[in-house]
Amino acid sequence: MKTEYKIIVNLIEEKTRVLDVGCDDGTLLESLKKNKNVDARGIEISKDKVQTCVSKGLTVIEGNAELDLKQFPNDSFDYVVLGQTLQAFINPEIVIKELLRVGKKAIITIPNFGHWKVRLNLLIKGTMPITESLPNDWYNTPNIHMCTIKDFVKFSKIINFKIFKSLALTNKNISTINNSNLFYKNLFAELGIFLIEK
Amino acid sequence: MNIKESIKTLVIKKPLKLDCGKTINNFPLAYETYGSLNKNKDNAILVFHALTGDQFVTGINPVTKKDGWWSYAVGPNKSIDTNKYFVICANVIGGCMGSFGPSHKNPDTNKIYGTDFPVITINDMVNAQVNLLDHFEIKKLFSVVGGSMGGMQVLQFISNYPDKAGTVVPIACTSSHSAQNIAFNELGRQAIASDHNWSDGKYLSNNTLPDKGLSVARMAAHITYLSKKGLQEKFGRKLQERDALKFGFDADFQIESYLRYQGSVFVDRFDANSYLYITRAMDYFDLVKQFDGNLSNAFKKTKAKFFVISFTSDWLYPTQENKDIVIALNAIGADVGFVEIKSDKGHDSFLLDVPDFLNTLKNFLDKSYSER
Repeated sequence: MKTEYKIIVNLIEEKTRVLDVGCDDGTLLESLKKNKNVDARGIEISKDKVQTCVSKGLTVIEGNAELDLKQFPNDSFDYVVLGQTLQAFINPEIVIKELLRVGKKAIITIPNFGHWKVRLNLLIKGTMPITESLPNDWYNTPNIHMCTIKDFVKFSKIINFKIFKSLALTNKNISTINNSNLFYKNLFAELGIFLIEK
Repeated sequence: MNIKESIKTLVIKKPLKLDCGKTINNFPLAYETYGSLNKNKDNAILVFHALTGDQFVTGINPVTKKDGWWSYAVGPNKSIDTNKYFVICANVIGGCMGSFGPSHKNPDTNKIYGTDFPVITINDMVNAQVNLLDHFEIKKLFSVVGGSMGGMQVLQFISNYPDKAGTVVPIACTSSHSAQNIAFNELGRQAIASDHNWSDGKYLSNNTLPDKGLSVARMAAHITYLSKKGLQEKFGRKLQERDALKFGFDADFQIESYLRYQGSVFVDRFDANSYLYITRAMDYFDLVKQFDGNLSNAFKKTKAKFFVISFTSDWLYPTQENKDIVIALNAIGADVGFVEIKSDKGHDSFLLDVPDFLNTLKNFLDKSYSER
């Protein structure tokens, strides 16, 4: 399993209610069910992946986070997880607000556009960066709102949510992000993982 | 039709108060079973049939001599695996495959009921069928499954009997019959009623049959079960056994011939008055209204696991209407999964060979069964 998922599983307390938004093939949900005994639910936009999830015995609804989070009442879940998709939404602000309405807490992971390879890629080649975690060309990428770890921290102040835990993932190494190391983490982390609250 | 010999019937002695106010008792409920009930009696699935279905879900229907209506989905190693599950299906009351219906004789007058038969509802159908659980001494079904009107019965069943099923699978259905649904049903009923042979529903006593009316009703309904794309691909403007148009009103086009055929075979197996009664029951179905405008309340008492399935090309019970059920369930934190299956086969997709659907249904049931 991806290190990212392992970190998320560790962040989640046992026997809670969890919604994974964009749950893909259900790998994270399965692990949460098995290791943390959570009541695990998922939303997934791809029909094929929903069918895969069903074959794993997971409770998943086919849907789109921007349209289908609406149906859940306030505080339906203890955690809502959004893995590496915030940058693909038309309006990330509305999505974050919805996540924090539906869930008491949210876990958001973002591919860090501030990573040195991305920066170097743009600086040297002068074309939109293509890296392992961002493999698409500019014209066919689903990622329309890329941001850096620093941007995300700034965003928390602009739209008013609290970041409880910020973790950086670099080469499978996990470290904590704080105000004093933000500059370096923003340069060296591939992925930012944030536990946030209203 | 020599139907009596091949039909299993349970006589329901317990009085059943119908929604229309009348009470019926000592009435027959025809049913069929597949597979075998295990020792713990926890492997039973109650399948509900759609408008023109019957209890003969799979294998050869002994009355029509054709494949059962859900042969693709039910059978050994199929989606509803009869090696594993005990499948029960009953003919709905109001129907014409042995259950109490308008072609039966009224014991008080010794005349065939016809339109004197009480108007029945989806709720009445379900309340009649729950007696099968007592008959087989089943406390809780593993699952209730059904498509179209069968799906409506699934929803009504779990609302009436929240503890009597562990999993709930409504397919291609709705919680409230729409104006369009009612309109198509009314078209069918008017086609029957305008056939002179219908004689206000007394045709059986007159030894006539409103074949033409019933056949037109079926033709119109059949169109609603298919998709425009499916029809276009299958028939297009292809001509029926001719090279050129004949400039007349014969079936020039294959689609015309196909529909006429569908109409003609239907009248051999279905009773016109049953068609009136069952379509009426569908039109009266409004689970939202039953719960004062809040569908969630229909499911508040159940802990069952739901799985809702719709089809992309189904315009009769479109995805949004199926999704409304999902939304109502999510609003109360119920355990609900949902998928819209891609298919060009229209509403009928649930009856046909649609592998994504058949696999998903199988996976849901088998996984839920092993985790129960």
